[in-house]
Amino acid sequence: MMKNIIEKIWDQHVVYEEKGKPDLLYIDLHLLHEVTSPQAFEGLRLANRTVRQPELCFATMDHNVPTRNRDAIQDPIALKQINTLQTNCDEFNIPLANMDHPDQGIVHIIGPELGLTQPGKTIVCGDSHTSTHGAFGSIAFGIGTSEVEHVLSTQTLWQAKPKTMEVRINGKLGFGVTSKDVILAIISKFGIDMGTGHIIEFTGEAIRNLTMEERMTVCNMSIEAGAKAGLISPDETTVAYLKGRKHVPEGAAFDKAAAYWLSLATDEGATYDTIVEIDAADIEPFVTWGTNPSMGSGISAHIPYAKDFESESDKDALKKALTYMGLEEGMPLTSIAIQHVFIGSCTNARLSDLRAAAKVVAGKKVHSSVTAIVVPGSRTVKKQAEEEGLASVFIEAGFEWRETGCSMCLAMNDDVVPAGERCASTSNRNFEGRQGAGSRTHLMSPEMAAASAIAGCFVDVREMQAI
Amino acid sequence: MKPINEVTSVLTPLDRKNVDTDQIISKEFLKRIERTGFGKYLFYHWRFNADDTKVEDFILNDERFKESKILVAHENFGCGSSREHAPWSILDYGFNVVIAPSFADIFYSNCMKNGLLPIRLDVSEVEELLAKGKQQPYTIHVNLEKQTVTGQDEKAYSFDIDPYYKQMLLNGWDEIALTFQYESHITKYEERQQQLV
Ligand code: SF4
Repeated sequence: MMKNIIEKIWDQHVVYEEKGKPDLLYIDLHLLHEVTSPQAFEGLRLANRTVRQPELCFATMDHNVPTRNRDAIQDPIALKQINTLQTNCDEFNIPLANMDHPDQGIVHIIGPELGLTQPGKTIVCGDSHTSTHGAFGSIAFGIGTSEVEHVLSTQTLWQAKPKTMEVRINGKLGFGVTSKDVILAIISKFGIDMGTGHIIEFTGEAIRNLTMEERMTVCNMSIEAGAKAGLISPDETTVAYLKGRKHVPEGAAFDKAAAYWLSLATDEGATYDTIVEIDAADIEPFVTWGTNPSMGSGISAHIPYAKDFESESDKDALKKALTYMGLEEGMPLTSIAIQHVFIGSCTNARLSDLRAAAKVVAGKKVHSSVTAIVVPGSRTVKKQAEEEGLASVFIEAGFEWRETGCSMCLAMNDDVVPAGERCASTSNRNFEGRQGAGSRTHLMSPEMAAASAIAGCFVDVREMQAI
Repeated sequence: MKPINEVTSVLTPLDRKNVDTDQIISKEFLKRIERTGFGKYLFYHWRFNADDTKVEDFILNDERFKESKILVAHENFGCGSSREHAPWSILDYGFNVVIAPSFADIFYSNCMKNGLLPIRLDVSEVEELLAKGKQQPYTIHVNLEKQTVTGQDEKAYSFDIDPYYKQMLLNGWDEIALTFQYESHITKYEERQQQLV
């Protein structure tokens, strides 16, 4: 029978099935960080339980680590969480890339970087953007803390088989259009609950042409489309990326693994519960103007009018969002001035993102009314960017060059956007207060954020790139 | 976790859709390493102004709903972050039931692990409850065993719930203890995988 990749991976991981029950699913890789794990370890201790497979776990510290003065963490509660993770990993023998470790970084950046993320695996983490790892053709999804505890002690999870959805992006992307624009355009078109109850496979010519790093950006935000997970069938691009990485097998074992990975790709003629399509040619650089990721438009557009919506609740949602954002119906996006730029997060802080942004800002200056920071996604990314000279490009242009971490993506450390101020951000969520109480977030690609830093307002980055 | 079956209380009409977990519990309150004590931070930035005074017109600040155990909202409740602090704060604040037309997946399963009952009703039914609840305090009775919601005016609705989760909530089971009953299957699976390598 023809199977799509989701069905193939799922079926291979069912440990136990019984009618009327969810499937008991085996978990191949469990990633952990300091914020959603302490209560899980505490639960283990209270129940006198242990970690079943410590070597299938990997932990790091990212959510509340400072991006300046890392040696002297000021916030005592953050410090407590960081120390707690260290103690828990020591006690239960879990591999950890702590603050001093050269592999440390945002959990969804270092998994792929280290080759822990591989096709065909089931991957979980107490973090919704675990969907990122789906770019490799794995089933990767975020879980709550009780489930973290469950995986720690049993290496399994009870999971009802989700429905499958194909999101096909036909044709080629236009000049200056990035994978961030693709995913923002999809969410804007189909809504933030389009994927509820589903795992999405992204397919089509535009997806096949993406690099692994670009694919990760798309899958990262499948959770913003409400999906349980998002993935892409492995191909030669996937295999080439993984070759030579730390946790990937070598020699004959690699060839065997690669053959297996490629065999996981969706069979020709396989079906899905739902299929939606979008044309790559219709997508332009995107900017969000509202308080959830579906509230966005192409840069040439204007903010919608309440009258454009039919239902009262949609009109109401628009009004509430615009009040919070301090914007008016009908404003052209290019008329909106900003005060902050954040280039970072698990969505867009990989080396290729920094290269793309650096290309836009090279030889230019950050606008006088803008504070701009770059927060590399991992220590490895930071080191490479410094070696390549990207760091000096940013610094010369007037950006602050920081240490790695989640930083202003959720502002748990002291990288906060002040109330009422506006930030062009390469992260993934523009919810109220996400970057600090009262902060106003606009999501976009690294190229667009870089261009906004220079212009002091939203601009079509293609105009700068064309010169 | 505590078993749950019947709950009777006025409903709190939260007239919003896409309520995300960043709003339910803001990140500055995620730094605790315990599971308890999050109730006072529930919807913090909707309940309080920047100077910590109450936002008068926010529904949770309305005295009439102070003892409410049932929260009702629009579509896609609990979207966004996977933080389990969201159901912890809802429970700790005093709610035992959330009713909405739809829930985000991770939030829904997090509820199940903590004895917070998420009930899906049709959009029109939720609209009706919200309308009544906004007009004046409206008491409803929830019965998980029978899978029903009944209003003070006898208007009744029924809801679906996965039988596995239903048993877990009704009995307050510890899921990990349940899973240990299948340990031989897990071991067998691991041995099979070992042979494949
Ligand atoms: S960068 Fe942002 S979205 Fe990614 S893991 Fe960190 S907090 Fe979550």
